[in-house]
Amino acid sequence: MDWAVIALLAAVALPFATAAAIFALGEARTTARSAVNVVGAAGTAVAVLACAASAWQGRAGGPLASAGIGLLDIGFGFEADMLGAVFAVVAGVLWLVTTVYAIAYMSHSPDRARFFGFFSICVGSAIGIALSENLITFFVFYEMLTLATYPLVVHSGTPAALRGGRTYLMYALPAGAALALGVVWLHVLAGPVSFVPGGALPLGLAATHPVQLTAIFALLMLGLGVKAALFPLHGWLPAAMVAPAPVSSLLHAVAVVKAGVFGIARVVLEVYGPDAALLGLTLPLAALAAFTIVFGSVRALAQDDLKKRLAFSTVAQLSYIVLGVALASPLAIAAGIAHLAHHAALKITMFFTAGVVAEEVGAYRVSELDGLGRRMPVTMAAFSVAALGIVGIPPAAGFASKWLLGTGALDAGAGWVVAVLAASTLLNAAYFFPIIHRAWFRAPRAEWATGPDPGRAEADLRMVVPLVLTALAGLAMGVLAGAALSPARWALFVAVMEAM
Amino acid sequence: MAEALLAHMPALAVVVPLVAAPIAFLAGARWGRPVALVASALSVPVAFALAWLVSAEGEKLRYQIGGWEAPLGIGLVVDGLSATMLLVTAVVGFAVTVYSLGYFADKERYRFFWALWLFLLASMAALFLSADVFNLYVCLELVSVSAVALVGLSGQRDALVAAMRYMLAAILGSIFYLLGVALLYGAFGVLDLAHLAAVLGPDVTGQAAFALITVGLVLKTALFPAHFWLPPAHANAPSPVSAVLSALVVKGSFYILLRLWTDVGDPSYVPGMGTLLGVLGAMAIVWGSVQALLQERLKMLVAYSTVAQIGYLFLLFPLVEIAGSHVVDAWSAGVFHAVSHALAKSAMFLAAGAVLSRFGHDRIDGLGGLSRRAPVTTMAFGLSGITMMGLPPSGGFVVKWLYITAAIESGAWWWAIVVLAGGLLAAGYVARVVVPGFAKARDDASDLDVDAGRLPRRMEFAALALALAALALGVLGQPVLDLMAVGSPASGVIPWTGQ
Repeated sequence: MDWAVIALLAAVALPFATAAAIFALGEARTTARSAVNVVGAAGTAVAVLACAASAWQGRAGGPLASAGIGLLDIGFGFEADMLGAVFAVVAGVLWLVTTVYAIAYMSHSPDRARFFGFFSICVGSAIGIALSENLITFFVFYEMLTLATYPLVVHSGTPAALRGGRTYLMYALPAGAALALGVVWLHVLAGPVSFVPGGALPLGLAATHPVQLTAIFALLMLGLGVKAALFPLHGWLPAAMVAPAPVSSLLHAVAVVKAGVFGIARVVLEVYGPDAALLGLTLPLAALAAFTIVFGSVRALAQDDLKKRLAFSTVAQLSYIVLGVALASPLAIAAGIAHLAHHAALKITMFFTAGVVAEEVGAYRVSELDGLGRRMPVTMAAFSVAALGIVGIPPAAGFASKWLLGTGALDAGAGWVVAVLAASTLLNAAYFFPIIHRAWFRAPRAEWATGPDPGRAEADLRMVVPLVLTALAGLAMGVLAGAALSPARWALFVAVMEAM
Repeated sequence: MAEALLAHMPALAVVVPLVAAPIAFLAGARWGRPVALVASALSVPVAFALAWLVSAEGEKLRYQIGGWEAPLGIGLVVDGLSATMLLVTAVVGFAVTVYSLGYFADKERYRFFWALWLFLLASMAALFLSADVFNLYVCLELVSVSAVALVGLSGQRDALVAAMRYMLAAILGSIFYLLGVALLYGAFGVLDLAHLAAVLGPDVTGQAAFALITVGLVLKTALFPAHFWLPPAHANAPSPVSAVLSALVVKGSFYILLRLWTDVGDPSYVPGMGTLLGVLGAMAIVWGSVQALLQERLKMLVAYSTVAQIGYLFLLFPLVEIAGSHVVDAWSAGVFHAVSHALAKSAMFLAAGAVLSRFGHDRIDGLGGLSRRAPVTTMAFGLSGITMMGLPPSGGFVVKWLYITAAIESGAWWWAIVVLAGGLLAAGYVARVVVPGFAKARDDASDLDVDAGRLPRRMEFAALALALAALALGVLGQPVLDLMAVGSPASGVIPWTGQ
């Protein structure tokens, strides 16, 4: 078999194999389980990078690697293409980092076999979503992700966790039903739908069946909008913050929520294509995304709970991606795709930080962070870099996203987006700067004044190193935005193909 | 030698469990167990061989017992549908046998289980191979008799009452069925399914016969509102019996309905019948799910889930009634549901039974922390729940997919809404069990005995294996879809849509 096909299959299969091994090893054999977990995650990271390499090699002539099995006429298919590679690499590589973090973070927690097993299934589902070749395969993994996330949300088993889990299911399951109806309906109308840059609907279908296509689009957006946390479908995300920090970090800042926005990107760009604009579907979507950006940011302002503030920030930031895709000019699309990677690195850093802070000094609220920079300088420095990055201060990656999005919006003739961006940036600053200010410029609480105990790291290094790495990645993506193979350049390449 | 053996495969499918049954009876409490294990294990390769034969032949196989031809002798017919049902029976039967070895460990009281169990398997196999309406009747009676006996096996009051109710419903059903058969014979003078299909005309007697037979079979299949006997019978039977009643026995009478309405006649033979069955199916889905949401005992919940899931089987009739290319999808959806539900529901009942026999109770509000106390069993329950909800990647998803496709294509889109709503309701009742499983074990809500001993592994893993099989159907189900299409009324009419 070709190396590219092997990489493709390994990228999807390895996380599931890891999950099976973790379940089989069980609760007692901690060392073996952790070893299997790290090896599985490392293998997956290599595999997704190889998928990206094959996608890059085949960027002009179509993906090198594809594989699948048939069922009815629907077929389950995988493909390592340029757009999918972005999400696959983000999910796969960050999984490795998160695994190290999580092994340390969860070291005193019960039910770890269950936790890490389902965690691996979630990552496998996210990679499956990324590398799906058609809408059916996408849907299969999307629903697997829905279910596999649940045990992680309720992991602690407290009444609050069970409530959070219930809220999550109340949103996610009906959304899945809407998505199922949309997917089958589209299948009946248009036949098997493979993702194709520039749209996959049969020629002329938009002219003959505009109403049905519009209804299908609405159903698909309803189904995908829940994970993408589009207003008014976002309510589950803040509630899901009861989950342990690694879950909030990788799943609720990256894998799960980006599965939603990634799905929207696939549907808008690679299923509907130009028909989306023709049918007048992109403008309402863009307007909804713009509203969500402002709404999420305003709600974030009022949150004292650090993870909830980050969650509302995520609600807003995800809609940057949706907005970029909906505006449909090449630069705007590029902004959306690039932001998928940029926001992942930055926001996972912040959630990692929130977890370390909670674990190390027991602080959960913004108002409890006074002078924390003295106690945990490295951690808070990483947090600050990420926060500045999301606000859009150059050179961290968020600036590149905003710049591309602004210029892309002007290209698309949507000048109003610039106003949204400006408002959003001010709001981002308004909810992140107080945290930075408290951490560095407020008088520290008495127990922190002297800094970390001498001769001891500020926190478990297995948690500090991952968050430093992700912060550096967020910084590098911004500084090197113009370099070959940076997410921004990669995204521009994809965007040009999509817009052709 | 090998060829001679292959030629007798249809007979072997019945003969193996049928011969083993009296041996198990005579062998007594101790040696009945290995006899049952060997017989049910042998049934699996026999069923696979039959499936292979039918697939290779590409059409119906006929087998004449003693070489006597149709109107005189008893013929067995194997087509894709029969082979599929036989395969499911063999696979579920084997898993349930393995489970039962743990479940009935050192229970002198259950020494008759093995013989009855093998007899039930033999009757099921004979039913799926029967080629005429009277033989079908005989097999159906044999199935009912052994199933009723198995329900009452524990001798406890609840079980005996439930068995009695079950028996009365079954007898009533048989009376209707037999009346219908008599009318058919009077009107057309034939009993063989193929001959009947050839001579069936728009005749009032024939229509009345079909209606009577349908009433009888609806009673036996426990389609809403004739489901009243099912929940107590399925919930109070010993758990392996519950599993096989819900998974296989109700499918036996459904199988005959399917033969009559899609093989011999079609749903338009009696105007409105298809729609009526579909409406009852939809009501079953809603009523059964709502009742499942309200139950206090786990096994009752699972039994009401069966009431709901039976409803999905009947959605195929209104969709098949409307002419069009979607008929294949609708027919396949119904049959595939019979298969995937058989696997998932047996897994679910086995898991529920494992909980009950390990912790001594199955009150749902006392299951807090289950996922830590019994992770494999919780996993089996949860995974089989995915099939009940019809979510991917499970056989239930393929069913949902085919039904929604058929509904949209035929223009009767409301059936799609029924299917989707049923999935959400199923999520609700599955969550009732799984959610407390994740609650902290030390919560007051839990009265799972910490000191309860471990279950025999084979019990836990038999359930898990069935649940995983139901899940695998959602991805690797194509061979099953191909198999059941062989010689089916739906195959060859119109190719799969979209291709």
